[in-house]
Amino acid sequence: MNVNIKNDLGLHARAAAKIVNLVVHAKGKIWLIKDGEKVDASSIIDILSLGCSKGTEVTFEAESNTDFDLLRNIIILAENGFGE
Amino acid sequence: MPDKDTNEEIKLNGIGASPGICIGKAYLVDKEGVEVVEKYFVNRNNLDSEIKRFKVAVKNAFNELRSIIENIPDEVRRHTGILETHVALLKDKMLYDKTIETIRNEGVNAEWALKKVVDDIKVMFHNISDAYLKERSDDIIHVSDRIIKFLIGSEDVNIGKIDKRVILVAKDLSPADASQIQLDKIMGFITDRGGKASHTSIIARTLEVPAVLGVGNATKTINNDDTIIIDGTSGIIIIHPSLQTLGEYKKLQTRHEEHKASLSRGSHLKAETLDGLSLQVMGNIELPEEVVSVLDHGGDGIGLYRTEFQYLTRNDFPGEDELFDKYKDVVEVMAPRPVTIRTLDINGDKAISSSNGSDEANPALGLRAIRYCLKRPDIFKTQLRAILRAAAFGNVRILFPMISSIDEIRDTKRLLNEAADSLKKEGKIYNKNIEFGIMIEVPSAVIMADVMAQEADFFSIGTNDLIQYTLAIDRGNREVAHLYHPFHPAILRMLKHVTDVGKEKGIKVFMCGEMAGDPFNVPVLLGLGMDELSMNPQSIPAVKNMIRSLKVEDARHFIKEALKQTTTMDVIKLVEASFGEMLRQ
Repeated sequence: MNVNIKNDLGLHARAAAKIVNLVVHAKGKIWLIKDGEKVDASSIIDILSLGCSKGTEVTFEAESNTDFDLLRNIIILAENGFGE
Repeated sequence: MPDKDTNEEIKLNGIGASPGICIGKAYLVDKEGVEVVEKYFVNRNNLDSEIKRFKVAVKNAFNELRSIIENIPDEVRRHTGILETHVALLKDKMLYDKTIETIRNEGVNAEWALKKVVDDIKVMFHNISDAYLKERSDDIIHVSDRIIKFLIGSEDVNIGKIDKRVILVAKDLSPADASQIQLDKIMGFITDRGGKASHTSIIARTLEVPAVLGVGNATKTINNDDTIIIDGTSGIIIIHPSLQTLGEYKKLQTRHEEHKASLSRGSHLKAETLDGLSLQVMGNIELPEEVVSVLDHGGDGIGLYRTEFQYLTRNDFPGEDELFDKYKDVVEVMAPRPVTIRTLDINGDKAISSSNGSDEANPALGLRAIRYCLKRPDIFKTQLRAILRAAAFGNVRILFPMISSIDEIRDTKRLLNEAADSLKKEGKIYNKNIEFGIMIEVPSAVIMADVMAQEADFFSIGTNDLIQYTLAIDRGNREVAHLYHPFHPAILRMLKHVTDVGKEKGIKVFMCGEMAGDPFNVPVLLGLGMDELSMNPQSIPAVKNMIRSLKVEDARHFIKEALKQTTTMDVIKLVEASFGEMLRQ
């Protein structure tokens, strides 16, 4: 699922922490992808290392079908600018 | 690497950035400004307990963070977000799992494994183009420092635990690094990079400890615990000095201390020339606590109160009441003496973490000082309101940095009036009737000084930036730092132009840059007719002493000759020929 990063500060540490808080409940792995680069969405540091600034288009991918709802929640979180 | 065993005397040259002599033991910090992390191998059988040691340190760091968060009062709870993130980072698999993996795979100690993991992460972040996100590696470094602190425990590697004073040797020290070290443990500074006007040099002079900067290869040549002599007056360091050298320098050190003591005895006398002209000699400060130092050293007021500090030490912006409290402290203590408050001047090496600035290729020529403030009137007005309120408690002058055109003065005045009007509407106590000054530190302001004079009550010349912008020299760049000199004939002519305009238009001309604090420059400044000099508090006694030994008549005659010189060296020679005897006192 794709989403556009809306926050002025981009996908920063606090926002990444919010994603990780959701991802810990996943059954399988959740990936975050930007420009073909793929990182583990359960690590704040991995997420930050992609350097997703405002306006970046990113993709979240779940390995397990059972994580579909969780994936949708991440997208909603991102679309709401991570509650900022 | 030089042979560590021979201990032969080695002499290195650098830039003498803070005068004085000290003899002591070297203490190296690595380029990040944190302590050198020791590496050692752990016996395979003990790896599990090494991993356990790491886990315990993380647990302790976790508990410490939790208790910090819990003790934060409710009204500032919104700031705890970043600390919560730090808590989450402690267990992040890239940090936590990777460190454990490194301990196990490489058989190294936990500190080293963590440092290695963090270094790798730093490299990853280095390639991020977004400036704000790039700086988030700071969060990871903070977290790792916290773990390291618990790993090291009571061992002597942490500078806070050092029981004797040391000579700090580093590649470079950023303002952030400097805020982490315990300054009272430092008896001198040596760095590979940096020059006379760098942040480290300012700190050294504030602490009144010698510093030699821009040495180039000091960190490569010096080992921890080496005996070192720093001669900050002539810019020399000596590693492994012989007994004879030690003896010579001990004598020099004593003489220097005696000289300093004799100067400070006269520091409370007026700065009046032999023929009866008195000058105001003021202090520059950054922290409210420094007013004590200004008064102790005989300052007649505050010529420059830098206000950046409250903005630099945090992730958000300080509120009006908080700023007001600090300003009021300074103003009340100094009253009725003047306090010149300079509004926010962020520059290249002091980027504010909370302002999401874009990556500037050339920060010195970019969005800084008044330009930044005019672009962010919300932040600017908060400060202006705080200053206007503090002005009700003493003698305040307001000073605006980096003015390069008359429009900026007009826009600033409009905002200042708006700030005053809003205070009036709210029924707050304030004082709008304060002197309005501008910094003269951009060449365009010098050339337009006659126009600027119509809109300002006073000029304050900031020589550091003026020299840097006029001569196109980055004073932090050791390749060109030696070209930076206040006696460049172009600088003297500019100063002459400004003081001439001042006299013609009847406005006062002050100087608050480094140039004002060196006794060697006093004949020039006196000859030019500066009304007020402001400097690091520690320089006040020597400058006052110099003023008292001169005649303004001689200085005026001298400046005419100095302005005829065509090279920096010729000007220096002329000063030495005319006033050398007094300067050597």
